[in-house]
Amino acid sequence: MEALKEELKNKIITTLNLEDIAVEDIADNDPLFGDGLGLDSIDALELIVILDKDYGIKLVDPKEGKSIFQSIETMAAYISANRTK
Amino acid sequence: MKKTYINGVGCISTQKTFDTVFLEEAVVNHDENVLAIVPPAYKEYISPAASRRMAKGVKNGIVASALAMKDANVENVDAIITGTGLGCIEDSEKFLKSILDNNEEFLTPTSFIQSTHNTVGSQIALLQQCKGYNFTYVNGAVSFESALIDAKMQIEEDEANSILVGGVDENGEYTTSLFKLNGRIKADNNAPYDVLNSTTSGAVYGEGASFFVLENERKENTYAEILDVSIINTLEENEIEAAAKSFLKSNNLEISDIDAFVLGYDGNAAFENYYKNIAENAFAKTPQLYYKHLSGEYDTASAFAFWMAAKILKTQEIPEILKVNAVEKPDYKTILLYNQLNGKNHSFTLLSK
Repeated sequence: MEALKEELKNKIITTLNLEDIAVEDIADNDPLFGDGLGLDSIDALELIVILDKDYGIKLVDPKEGKSIFQSIETMAAYISANRTK
Repeated sequence: MKKTYINGVGCISTQKTFDTVFLEEAVVNHDENVLAIVPPAYKEYISPAASRRMAKGVKNGIVASALAMKDANVENVDAIITGTGLGCIEDSEKFLKSILDNNEEFLTPTSFIQSTHNTVGSQIALLQQCKGYNFTYVNGAVSFESALIDAKMQIEEDEANSILVGGVDENGEYTTSLFKLNGRIKADNNAPYDVLNSTTSGAVYGEGASFFVLENERKENTYAEILDVSIINTLEENEIEAAAKSFLKSNNLEISDIDAFVLGYDGNAAFENYYKNIAENAFAKTPQLYYKHLSGEYDTASAFAFWMAAKILKTQEIPEILKVNAVEKPDYKTILLYNQLNGKNHSFTLLSK
């Protein structure tokens, strides 16, 4: 699980081009949206694509996104339980 | 009819054209066939949150426009008019590559959103909260001149008092490789790359963003007045002189009235005669200047020349690095710019002090 969290942080930094942020700057429970990393709706689409492309998870219900993308912790837990690749 | 004045300039180029006076740190690079931008400190102009989705062309456009606004001492303009040949080619390449790499699946919006040609103009407008006229011209090597003509007409017709106008282009890796294949860029491993006395075809390429604040009144900080801009799509080599004379005549000027003639030599020996014939004959007694050895060739490189001419008229100094011949004039009051790309898209621009 720790390796997956590290992997997710790296993917988010690279994919979303978070120039001034390092892996160490993102705590597992930091909110990804709003006050935390400050991601927005376009970033949410990028995260959905990461789930689909890299872990084989298709989000059928958009409402699920809110809880899944709360933090690195919640993302990693969801991926571990649902990944197909 | 109101006159059009250049009251502020900003330039990001393959030279250090920011935080300098006028090309005193310019260096001619004979080793590269594609020159790279000298980047400013983007963070001083754009927040990290905003800049993370921007390709370099967008960032350069934003910084150049901010520099021009600061130089003109204005906080708002009535309109933003941009010229670009290839637009945001970096993000266009990224988006298209993503389509191919992922077999048309997993497409994300970011690079698509930023891949349109009018991204630069729209991002500048968003940052400045300018809700006025915003237009982008994509007309190859006369993109910048098209923007200039629009801006000049808007000011003349009293549609706007102040306009931000500029030219911006960026290099994309894949497009650059295609330009090398079709000979638009000089072949690799063929250095030294000369622009003025080249014997090979293809140009030394570059990229950049130059923006200008144009206003309908002369101020203390005015650089120059834009007298006229003309675009001619097709001209033969032997028609250039007549076209130049006709352009000058329509402004009640003769060749002897021109204090400096700025030519767009780009190192492409195949089309050099367009410049050489007119320079060595009709304009032989006029101070001649070139600039693409510093800026590189790109669709809106003439905006760099426009920046350069404005600087000359304001400072009354011509850096040695720009001179083609040794002819000098006591004052520089009227400057003529001539540009073309591969025998097409000819433009004449006339500036006066």
